[in-house]
Amino acid sequence: MPLALMHEGTQAILRVINGGRNLRGRLAALGLIPGAEVTVLRNGGNGPFVVAVNNARICLGRGMAMKIEVD
Amino acid sequence: MHSYTVALAGNPNSGKTTLFNRLTGAHQRVGNYPGVTVEWKEGVRKTPQAELHFVDLPGTYSLSTFSEEELVARDYLLTRGPDVVVDVVDASNLERNLYLTTELLELGLPLVVVLNMSDVAERQGVRIDTRSLSARLGCPVVPSVGTRGDGLEAVLASVLDVVSRNGDGLPNRVDFGSQVEPHIAQLVRTMGDLDQPVLPDCQRRWYAVKLLERDEQVSAQLGATPVVGPATAAASALDLDGEDTSDIIISRQRYAFIEGLCRAAVKGRARPGRDRTDRIDRWTMHKVWGVPIFLLLMFAAFHLTFTLGAPLMTLMERGIELFATALTGLWPAGSESPLKSLIIDGIIGGVGGVLVFLPNIVLLFLAIALLEGSGYMARAAFVMDRFMNRVGLHGKSFIPLLIGFGCTVPAIMATRTLETRRDRLVTMLVLPLMSCGARLPIYSLIIPAFFPQRWQGPVLWIIYVVGVVLAMAGARLLQRSLFRGEATPFLMELPPYRMPTATSLLAQMGHRSWMYVKKAGTVILGVSIILWALTTYPKPPSGWTAPDDIAAAGTEQVGEDTAAAQAMAYSVAGRVGRFMEPVLEPMGFDWRIGTALIGAFAAKEVFVAQMGIVFAVGEADESSEALRARLQARYTPLAGLCIMLFCLIATPCMATVAVTRQESGSWRWAHLQFWGLTAVAWLLTTLVYQLGVLLNLGAV
Repeated sequence: MPLALMHEGTQAILRVINGGRNLRGRLAALGLIPGAEVTVLRNGGNGPFVVAVNNARICLGRGMAMKIEVD
Repeated sequence: MHSYTVALAGNPNSGKTTLFNRLTGAHQRVGNYPGVTVEWKEGVRKTPQAELHFVDLPGTYSLSTFSEEELVARDYLLTRGPDVVVDVVDASNLERNLYLTTELLELGLPLVVVLNMSDVAERQGVRIDTRSLSARLGCPVVPSVGTRGDGLEAVLASVLDVVSRNGDGLPNRVDFGSQVEPHIAQLVRTMGDLDQPVLPDCQRRWYAVKLLERDEQVSAQLGATPVVGPATAAASALDLDGEDTSDIIISRQRYAFIEGLCRAAVKGRARPGRDRTDRIDRWTMHKVWGVPIFLLLMFAAFHLTFTLGAPLMTLMERGIELFATALTGLWPAGSESPLKSLIIDGIIGGVGGVLVFLPNIVLLFLAIALLEGSGYMARAAFVMDRFMNRVGLHGKSFIPLLIGFGCTVPAIMATRTLETRRDRLVTMLVLPLMSCGARLPIYSLIIPAFFPQRWQGPVLWIIYVVGVVLAMAGARLLQRSLFRGEATPFLMELPPYRMPTATSLLAQMGHRSWMYVKKAGTVILGVSIILWALTTYPKPPSGWTAPDDIAAAGTEQVGEDTAAAQAMAYSVAGRVGRFMEPVLEPMGFDWRIGTALIGAFAAKEVFVAQMGIVFAVGEADESSEALRARLQARYTPLAGLCIMLFCLIATPCMATVAVTRQESGSWRWAHLQFWGLTAVAWLLTTLVYQLGVLLNLGAV
């Protein structure tokens, strides 16, 4: 299911990134690759979407969060 | 004495720049990489053993092709061959920071890894065994705390040690695993047979891995060589091997390698979620409260600037006046010396007019530096992204736009923080619409002249808002026409909140303020001199009067001021103004405004002084009641509004054009900015004026 639909505070494992090489590469350099474990820090409807990856906080646009599939 | 080049690489927010500043002190030079919008920074450190030339590469997360920064960094590392690379790693964020390290290891360059922010890591309970890490990486690993200067000596010592080995002892390679390594080996072998381009032995693995990742630039570079066939085949083979594409497989291997390192050398983990940063973010990134908090902080920043700045500005004015008076004393009273006129009227008038705003500008930059250094700006960029997106801009664009309210010159330089060229150019083109500090005197002069007390605040507010609205509309238009394509998707790291050090604040603030002063000292100085010449010469023969006599404007005295006004009318600038009159009339302007506008090209601040001369008010500034009276007599409030509108939109000052050229890498964009804005200004102002006249709003 898309990362965008995960609730705040939950943990998820990335499975697939539905995007081109550009998107995949940028996400990868920030730690977001299939197999990576993330914690959703903020998911407030229309607002910012923030995940914790390792010890970093990464902020994504909602569109991007919809393209990332997690378990 | 030996001299070595040391390249500093690292993630953004890793403290690389602070380290660079400490290593090089005041011995720095900043410029631009040619043709791109990325900043180049170099500095020198002299040690007893050798002279070290440091190059601060742009902060990057990897060496891919996704941003100009990365392209610049990789190009430098591959083609300029520094003697050592210093990889500045944020020790509190090790796993991610080492991703770049895995790229650097493959470049075949001597490496030193600096574990910066090791105080933060320790506080979070992360213990790093530097010796173990060093053994596994095959290079020195030095802990440091950049903000305190801890570890600096150790870093220098390691660098000197590594360079003295003369290429012996390169770091270990990354093991990409049994699935990928055979393909790498095969490609490296094929590369060995190439004549052109010459790929040095030590770089071949890096190139091979890039080919397997389907890196666009490398694929293009090697596109015509025999390597490309096997490379494509290998990448496809990796794709078919499982679920992931080759680039993902390789990314995974990098992280697997990193995990291996961390398992052996790192104890304890830190995870965000409950510390101070997250608590603050609950508000700053709140769905409902995020925007109001943002607006409040912006308001506070501007308010601080204006209230604290006002007394300082007055001080500055006095200072310049005193200086001018002192200089005037060097000539006998009533002297007509052209040199005196050049220096007092031209140079001090022009440059002084700009410098007067320095206190305000410095304070604004201080406020912005504080917001940036604390980490809040990243949150603001996110909060703004929703709105920026609608016009095709990235949330980060708002920072340069904000700086633009102070001075456009450093604002244009601030577009460097944007990730793509497209975002940078669009932002640069609309930036001048953010009403800069230089236009304030124009508004201060005109608004009280034409509008009653009650209306004054609102009118000023309207002007600013119009500027912002036009900027947004302009961005939208550009997105639809010249810069087709979607806005860069928002993907940004939120650094933890920290209290910026006084030195870093001063450095940021100083750097940008210095831009402002440099603009004054160079471009404006030059243009002031030219304008002085244009407005002073040729001098009219005695007895000549201007076509529409100034006396008709309501002055009875025929004194020095009127003579000055006549002279201005006779000069080149005056003539150009009169020549332009047909073009100015539809906007409700006349040749006098035209002449003043020519002066405004140097610096907007000059507009008021020029108006003063042309209306025979002598030493006019924006609070001159005499000048206001003249304006009132000559123009309608509608025309007054149009003057401000035109000044808001048109002709970014000379310095802006110059810096746009510099930052965008070509004259094309500077021209587009200049002519585009002027055209829009003329059209809009004409529209407003004609509409106003039609609706009989002329005599409001």
